Amino acid sequence: MTTTLTHLQRLEAESISIMRDAVSESERPVMLYSIGKDSAVMLHLARKAFFPGKLPFPLLHVDTTWKFQDMYRLRDKTAAELGADLIVHKNPRAVELGINPFDHGSGMHTDIWKTEGLKQALEAGSFDLAFGGARRDEEKSRAKERIFSVRTKDHRWDPKMQRPELWRLYNARVHPGESVRVFPLSNWTELDVWQYIAMQDIEIVPLYFAAERPVVDRDGTLIMVDDDRFRLHEGEVPMRKKVRFRTLGCYPLSGAIESEADTLSAIIQEMLLARTSERQGRLIDHDAKASMEKKKQEGYF
Amino acid sequence: MASDVKTDFAVQQDRIANDIEAYLHEHEHKSLLRFITCGSVDDGKSTLIGRLLYESQMVFEDQLTALTHDSKTMGTQGGELDLALLVDGLAAEREQGITIDVAYRFFSTEKRKFIVADTPGHEQYTRNMVTGASTADLAIILIDARKGVLTQTRRHSYLVSLLGITKVVLAVNKVDAVGYSQDVVEAIDKDYRAFAAELGLTDITTIPTSALKGDNILVPSANTPWYDGPTLLGHLESVEVEDQVQHQPFRMPVQWVSRPDLDFRGFAGQIAGGSIRPGDQVRVLPSSRVSTVDRIVTFDGDLPQAVAGQSITLTLTDEVDVSRGDVLAAADDSPEVADQFEATLVWMAEEPLQPGRPYLLKIGARTVSATVGTPDHKVDVNTLEHLPADTLALNEIGVVQVSLDRAVPFDPYALNRDMGGFVLVDRLTNGTVGAGMLRTATRRADNVHWQAIDVDKSAHAALKGQKPCVLWFTGLPSAGKSTVANLVERALFAQGRHTYLLDGDNVRHGLNADLGFTAEDRVENIRRVGEVARLMVDAGLIVLVTLVSPYRADRDLVRSRLDEGEFFEVFVDAPLAVVQERDPKGLYRKAAAGEAKNVTGVDAPYEAPESPELRLPTAELSADDAARKVLAMLTDAGILAP
Repeated sequence: MTTTLTHLQRLEAESISIMRDAVSESERPVMLYSIGKDSAVMLHLARKAFFPGKLPFPLLHVDTTWKFQDMYRLRDKTAAELGADLIVHKNPRAVELGINPFDHGSGMHTDIWKTEGLKQALEAGSFDLAFGGARRDEEKSRAKERIFSVRTKDHRWDPKMQRPELWRLYNARVHPGESVRVFPLSNWTELDVWQYIAMQDIEIVPLYFAAERPVVDRDGTLIMVDDDRFRLHEGEVPMRKKVRFRTLGCYPLSGAIESEADTLSAIIQEMLLARTSERQGRLIDHDAKASMEKKKQEGYF
Repeated sequence: MASDVKTDFAVQQDRIANDIEAYLHEHEHKSLLRFITCGSVDDGKSTLIGRLLYESQMVFEDQLTALTHDSKTMGTQGGELDLALLVDGLAAEREQGITIDVAYRFFSTEKRKFIVADTPGHEQYTRNMVTGASTADLAIILIDARKGVLTQTRRHSYLVSLLGITKVVLAVNKVDAVGYSQDVVEAIDKDYRAFAAELGLTDITTIPTSALKGDNILVPSANTPWYDGPTLLGHLESVEVEDQVQHQPFRMPVQWVSRPDLDFRGFAGQIAGGSIRPGDQVRVLPSSRVSTVDRIVTFDGDLPQAVAGQSITLTLTDEVDVSRGDVLAAADDSPEVADQFEATLVWMAEEPLQPGRPYLLKIGARTVSATVGTPDHKVDVNTLEHLPADTLALNEIGVVQVSLDRAVPFDPYALNRDMGGFVLVDRLTNGTVGAGMLRTATRRADNVHWQAIDVDKSAHAALKGQKPCVLWFTGLPSAGKSTVANLVERALFAQGRHTYLLDGDNVRHGLNADLGFTAEDRVENIRRVGEVARLMVDAGLIVLVTLVSPYRADRDLVRSRLDEGEFFEVFVDAPLAVVQERDPKGLYRKAAAGEAKNVTGVDAPYEAPESPELRLPTAELSADDAARKVLAMLTDAGILAP
């Protein structure tokens, strides 16, 4: 008798296998935890991979101080519930310079807080392997990203160092100072992630669900006014609209969509009927046409 | 076709809109098919993948807008939607100097989720296709109906069969360009089957298609009334993929030993073959101990049964020793354990294979040291002809003998991909340089119970009252290795130590009389001396070796064959100018006169040790002082009493 595994069972088994292998083959692994839905799924899979043991690595949140308040709440709650070792890193240079999306633009903001901050945090912890939640379906240039991706000493992605990946055999060997980024969700699609969240009842940030929220319109993009640091135009009063987010990042850089979807099935329904791809709401992708390829070469996750 | 297709999806969209719960429930039970497409852009491969993505509605409006724009500026379809552009994006990649290799695309239908391995580009074709095929359940081989079976079709089919894909779809594409002719398609089908049978490919489904026009992709085409087989997507949705591997004996390489507390000891891995239930007997390999499965532990609760493909954690009823890399297998049908194999090797690095050089070999969850012999032959991927070869260059495929430094459990690749597939990793660059498929064991480890030897190393050493070790003197010819080693041995002998000196020059008169001075022979020379030294350590001796041993990797291999703390690398470090001046054997004079070739330091490289246990600058030290330093090191390491 043959048992047919469903596509989600096969994806889950693959991700778990990747994580077990990666942890066994590295000295100091760490998991990048960005609090978004992909991170939530990755973390859930990690708990499965090492059950009944605890996570054999810390979680690292590279904080920009500009995330949504709801994200910070879920982050701290999750870490406390799992008894996980949570490292929160804020680039001290960005803190000192007061880098923010309003004065410095999304490019510089992301570059200093996230790209530079990530390098600092990885170096400070001497981590030789970092898990990330990126998926190959997110963008055309990610389609050929390896599951195990080597980064040079200065965290750059060198296309020439790309290693062939065959079967379930991954190569995590690096020289001192180099590191590996491992993407256990490589073969998941956005739909897979949502279905899995629904099936496994994984807690996600409430911002993914539609609710009345204070927003302003910036060049056709709805931005939520999440705290009093938001720079309102003179005389501008935030509107209350029923909105939700398809991707989460720094709140001044995350575009909301008007929606009635306040349950998981409604979200999936909306996504399946949607006519735009998920990354459209992510402002950093549009900025200056900088491709993901270029960002990766510079060390963006 | 277009209107039919739209209706089909309209129905699906209606269901999503009206009964999302039912729709989701159905989608939770979808299966997964991974396939590879083989062909070139000219055959319409990108158009085919683009069409599958487009037809299954994986293309969003913003992407469609971009596509419409790109089709106008760069498209080849006269302003019409050029679906190939959905997957190509190659021009941009080329400009950025990105290696174009394997890309993975995703789409899904009501019944299945699909992962497509797309391997564009002609140059690195073998490496990329082998990579993509390694995880594929099925291969689509595209043929241009106007051209028929070409050399590249043969190459693709050979690689498909090599990687163990048994299910093939022959998409005879561009049938619109041959007037949808049944005769053309049937002739190609006949041609192809004759050739494929030689490769052992028999499960072939031939479908006449036009990726450009959409014929027989999603719905049966009115243009091919003579064809009554499935459409391409219909076939992909229904083809049986539940691998043979589930019906094989149980196999699970242990990836992780789970010990959260003293009461729990579980062995985690992904099942590579068969199925398992609590109460089943399993054999731990290579130790060959037998135990019984107690529980199948998962986060979601214990399972009554688990099958190939699942990632689980097993607990056993006995306290047996199991570590990462071991294989748990059906007790009554366990895999072979061996340390020498015949394998088919695909070379994937710019730097060619170096026969005799140690590489790391990863198989299952185990990494071991491996050497590869001179290829028995290489295979011309276009003609399948066997050609003689000294090595394998990038994208070459050959049959080789592989020797490991320890025995590993395996099944032939043809039976089980995960138990017989391996990668080779370069020790210096850490790059993945080769991929191999084990065929048969050429030397079985008939005695896997090493512990059965009662008089072991520690017994031998205890009788002699000493700690055995290897002192490995490396350095340029005439650096003073033998002089210092002689003095050290005399001092040890005087202390009543049991020693032996293996001299690099002397072994070439006997043990290694058959070896010359090529890179390959030097590697073998060192390997043999290393093995002899290891046996002598087993016998309890303190072994002194004096060998130029110019390559770091070779010295490291010897080190890896010994236990921690048993190998002392002594770098006899004299500058080239000094040894050329000394030159007691006249070697450097001969080299200068062009009478000797491959002289280390002159026209052959010497890789100095990076962190030797001891460095002896013999230009500054007397031989006696150098010997004293060696003895002091042994005292510090606890080999000699203070």
